[in-house]
Formats: sequence, structure tokens, C-alpha cells
Amino acid sequence: MSTAHAASAAEFVANGERATWHDQALWFVRSKRDKQAHSLPEWEHLRELASQIKLHTMSNLPALLEQFEQNATRLGAVVHWARDAAEHNAIIQGILAEHDVRRVAKSKSMLTEECHLNPYLERHGIEVTDTDLGEWIVQLRDETPSHIVLPAIHIKKEEVGELFHRKLGTDEGATDPKYLTESARQRLREKFLAADAGITGVNFGVAETGGFVVCTNEGNADLGVSLPRLHIAAMGIEKLIPRAADLGVFLRLLARSATGQPITTYSSHFHGPRPGGELHIVLVDNERSKLLGSEEFRRSLNCIRCGACLNTCPVYRRSGGHSYHVTVPGPIGSIINPARDPAEHSSLPYACSLCGSCSDVCPVKIDLHNQLLTWRREIVARGLLSRPKRWLMKLTGAVLSSRRLYSWAGGMARLGLRITPRWLVYSRLNPWGRQRELPEPPKTSFRKWYDKHEEGR
Amino acid sequence: MRIGLFIPCYIDQFYPRVGVATLRLLERFSDRVTRSEGEAVNLVFPREQTCCGQPMANAGCVDDAAPVAERFMAAFGDCDYVVGPSGSCVAMVRKHYHGLVKDEDALHSVQEKTFELCEFLVDVAGVESIGGRFVGKVGLHEGCHGTRELELARGSERMLPAFSKIRSLLTGIEGLELTGLDRTDECCGFGGTFAVFEEAVSCMMGRDRVADHERHGAEVLASADMSCLMHLGGLIRREQKPLRVMHVAEVFCEALEIPLDV
Repeated sequence: MSTAHAASAAEFVANGERATWHDQALWFVRSKRDKQAHSLPEWEHLRELASQIKLHTMSNLPALLEQFEQNATRLGAVVHWARDAAEHNAIIQGILAEHDVRRVAKSKSMLTEECHLNPYLERHGIEVTDTDLGEWIVQLRDETPSHIVLPAIHIKKEEVGELFHRKLGTDEGATDPKYLTESARQRLREKFLAADAGITGVNFGVAETGGFVVCTNEGNADLGVSLPRLHIAAMGIEKLIPRAADLGVFLRLLARSATGQPITTYSSHFHGPRPGGELHIVLVDNERSKLLGSEEFRRSLNCIRCGACLNTCPVYRRSGGHSYHVTVPGPIGSIINPARDPAEHSSLPYACSLCGSCSDVCPVKIDLHNQLLTWRREIVARGLLSRPKRWLMKLTGAVLSSRRLYSWAGGMARLGLRITPRWLVYSRLNPWGRQRELPEPPKTSFRKWYDKHEEGR
Repeated sequence: MRIGLFIPCYIDQFYPRVGVATLRLLERFSDRVTRSEGEAVNLVFPREQTCCGQPMANAGCVDDAAPVAERFMAAFGDCDYVVGPSGSCVAMVRKHYHGLVKDEDALHSVQEKTFELCEFLVDVAGVESIGGRFVGKVGLHEGCHGTRELELARGSERMLPAFSKIRSLLTGIEGLELTGLDRTDECCGFGGTFAVFEEAVSCMMGRDRVADHERHGAEVLASADMSCLMHLGGLIRREQKPLRVMHVAEVFCEALEIPLDV
């Protein structure tokens, strides 16, 4: 098993002040979510409804996708189908080349991140600007987002000030968020005005109408596709919902779960191209149908990418998004990424204390912690757990399967802890003891005490 | 009536006091569960039990967990109730034995009669308050599996009326002041093998929990899950903090002046 997450997480934790700051910033978002969720007496009912709508959608996905394609085409959009990231990138680059596009304004889309669209387009001589402020910050730093909703949550305002000073020429040492945001806004205006095409993601595609909804707080998606004639929308096939009426369920859940807002500032509905414009919708599979075909992991396609499971995850909050080495980190990422490449991401299902908070916070009721547990079984079944860990578990299982071995081993452990010198017990080979004491060994076990005191009473 | 005492492996070997406290509390309260007048209650400790199998199962090693789970089934098959002082181990039996145990019918019956200690006291024995006297400020750590899998308390994520069975038992004890928390049910970071596989994050999580209890003035850190306390207590002892670490069963016994002769 790769130990990728544990090692990167340890590095993150080593900077205690920063790790605490990161934890508290995200806990604040979780608390805002709690407050907003509390404001709806029907919250748990909405979750159940959303889960059922998504499960229904996934069981009828092929038919609903075709319905979406028909209706979107009727509205004048051009629908493309991409099997994987490579096809997605090639299709988009092809459309852009056809229109002689040099500059693109792109709003937040984790799908385009997942497909590594930016570097692909840049290699083809196209300038892409991420127009979401957080995304733009990570783009300027030549980094990837560390969170799917709050891409720059790992960066402090002082660091943004320094970055903007270097890249945008803002005042040295400036940390005032209002000043920094205003500076970014002015520079982004130039990018918007110069763009030949706008790319957006999709939060919800509606099969019944062929329209789709993009949610942002900054209005950058709207601006990005309102100025140029060409709009390309990248949509994962799981983003579908059957009816326009279902939006009432999902829009109420999404922003409350994501950022603790009643609704995003902009929920923009697109029905076909604007007059004189062109609209392309790229439907992307990229291994999603593999999850659809799996009994155990199908529910993970319910995901609406709200990020609530990241915000509540005590491990994510303390290890940072980059420790997962994937586009979608946190509990949901630890399910969908191993599905793509189990060997590469085998440490992710273990980056979890199985506390279950993610499952209870999830607005579409994905049983995340159970799926993480199921992934661990898969990893062992595929022989991807490291040999020492595998043998440790075999040994533990063998000892615990025999009453006599178990009692003997317990006695040896108690005796060992009493007589072994401290430097040996707390050697570097004992990860428990690096920061923690082991239990103080009692003289007797419960069962020995019971035999002596209770037997025959 | 046969009540089987389920003493998880690490409690058996390292925290026998918690086992004794559990036994004494069941002796005190189990006469309330008899189905007919005069029925004798037989508290037994099936010697064939070792562990619930959770360490292997949570690592994904189902083949190694299965024989341990079967051993649990055999040890407790003939009991009317199975009661253990650990939310996590009981949750393992109740929620995660499918696929580990061959006889599904027998499993169903064992799952229905297996209870965490506080849950048994409240839901089966109908105990509303432990009573007695325990002077001190107690911070309660509600373990994740007890809260979210056994629903001993309402998790803070859920938007439904709040309750806590463990808290309700502690509430009626004279002199006992329950202290609050900023984060009512955040994980302590034990997580079984997680505690060693992800040692850095695990210890940070634990220290954050301890600090939350300290900020609210707790003098005693209590929990119905000794595994969480093994981890939190380990951090507390390393840093020589003045917090006293106790399983709630020990708190109950001290309140009732039941001696723990171990």
C-alpha cells in the first residue's frame, strides 16, 4: 500500500500553527452549514428526497442522458460525448481551434481540473484564465485547488498579498482582503473583455428541458459566457437530474451544505445558446460508468460536489487537500479516485478514522464511511495493502482466533510493558508511543480476575 | 435469563477495572429486565470470547476477521442479552458482521440482543438516572461509533431533536457537573489502526479534543468508549495533564460507592 497520504499529512501537521488555522477555517464553514441546515425543518426529508432522485437518475442514466441530449439539441446546443479526459480535452481544443480562439475565460469546474484541461490548452497555444477568485489564485501560484468549493482555502491572505504584489503589482505587504479582491477584479475584467470563448462547468443538467444550471458566488460564469460568442460547458454525466422541478430540492441543499449560504449568489440557467452565439455541451464519462456498474460504489455518483464531507472530515481539515494528491480530495475523493486507479490511490481509504461524520453531513446521503471501508476490503483483495501491514493483520487475526494464544499474548504484553526498559518500548519502531503513552499494564486481566473472584459464586 | 458479559479484548487485557465496573453495574440493574416475576438473572462471562474482529475488519482484512467474528457468535449464541462497555465494539457486531458470519439467521438474532452498556441500562433496563454522588466537573467524550452507528446520541450533523443516553445517565448524579464542548462530537482520532497508520493526524485530533475539554474546565474526561480513552489518556499522560481519565462505568460505580476490587 502506498503511504502517500500519511506522509504528506504528517508534513502538513508538522506546521502546527498552519494546520490548526486550516482546521478552524473549515470548521467555521461546517458550523455555518449547521446553522443553515437547522433553518429548514424539512432538512432530513430533503436529503432523503435528493438521494432518491439521484438513485432514480443513476438507474435510468442512459435514457435520461439521451433525453438531455435531444432537448439540448432542440434548444440549439451542440452536444458532444467524451469517453475520458483525453477525449474531453481534444473535443474542447477542437472547438476552440475551429473558432480561432486564443484566450478563454473559464469559471470553476472540477471536471476540467480532473481532465487537466488547462495545461492541455496551454500546450496548444491557448491562454486560459480561471476567473473564480480562488481558482485564479491557485492558477497564479501554479498549483492545483486544495478543495473543490474553496480552491484556495490553504492559502493565507498574507500569501495572497505577496502573490498579487509579484504577479499583479499590488502594494507590497498589502493584506486587506477588500483591496486585494478589488485589484483582482480589475485585472480579471481585462481577461473577461479579451476572451474569445467562455468555458463553464455544470452543476445540474436537466433531462426534461435540455437546460443546465451553473452556481457561482462571483457571477464570473455569467460574465465569462456573456461577452464572447462561444460557450463551452463541461458536464460529468452524473450531474443530471430528471426534471426542472427537482432543482428545488438540490439548490436548497447545495449552497447550505457547501458554504452555509441559503443559496449561491448566482444560479444561472442556460437554455440553448444566446442569440447569435454558440453553445457546446461536453458530456464526460471518465470512469463514471465504472462506478455506475458497481453495486458497492454506485451511490458515490449521487455526489453534487458540495464539499460538505471535506469540511466535516477531521482528517481532511488537519491534512490539507494536497495531501491526497488528487483533484477531488477528502472522503468523496477517497472513494472515486481509487476507482480510477486502486494502486496509485490505495492509501486514501485509510486516510480516515471511520468516524462517519461525512455520511451524516452528506446532502445526498452517500454512505461515505461504509464505502471507504468497502474500499479497504477491495485493496486487500487486490493485494495492495503493504506486506508488513498485511502480515500484522494476519498475525493479529490468528492470535484472536484462539482463546489460549490470545490469553498468552495478552499476558506477555502486560509483562513486557512492565519489565522492558522505557527506551526500548518507546523506540522509533513504536508509532503509538511517539506522542502517546501506552496503557499502564495492570497485574491481571479481567478474565483472570473473574476466574479468581467470581467463578463458582 | 442469561446476560452475556462482552468484555472487548483490550479492556480484558489492559483495563480490567472497566470490566469489573460493567459486571457490578449489571448486577445492580439487571433484575429490571426479567420477563416474569421471580425469574433468575444469570450474568455470565463466556470464556470463549476474545475480540469482535474490528481491527482486522477495519483494515479491510475480512478473511482474518471472519474466524474472530464466528468465535464471538459461538460464545454468545445462547445468551438472551449481550452487553459490552464499548460503543465501537458493539457497533462492529451490530453493523458490520454481514459477510463475516455464515449463519445469517443466527447473526440477526445476536445483533438484536447485543447492546452497549449505557444503551442497555436506558433502553432495556429502563434506568433513568444512575443516582448517587460524584463530585467533579466531567467532560463527556461521545465516541463516533456509539453516536453515529448505534445512535446513543444524536450526531451534530443531523437536523433532528437532540438526545444523549450517556449524558442522561450522568445527569442525575449529585455533584456531577457536565462540562460543555465547542465541538460536541468530533472524532478523537483513535480509529483503530488509523492511530498508528496516520499517527500525525491522529495525535493532532486527540490533542484538539483534550484542549476543548480543558477550555471548558473538565477535571475528569469520561467516555463509554475505552479505546478513545486509551488514545486520549495516552496523550494526557505523556503531557502530564491533570485530567483524570475514566470510563463512564467507573464513574457510575464511584457515584454508587461500588468498590472495584481489582
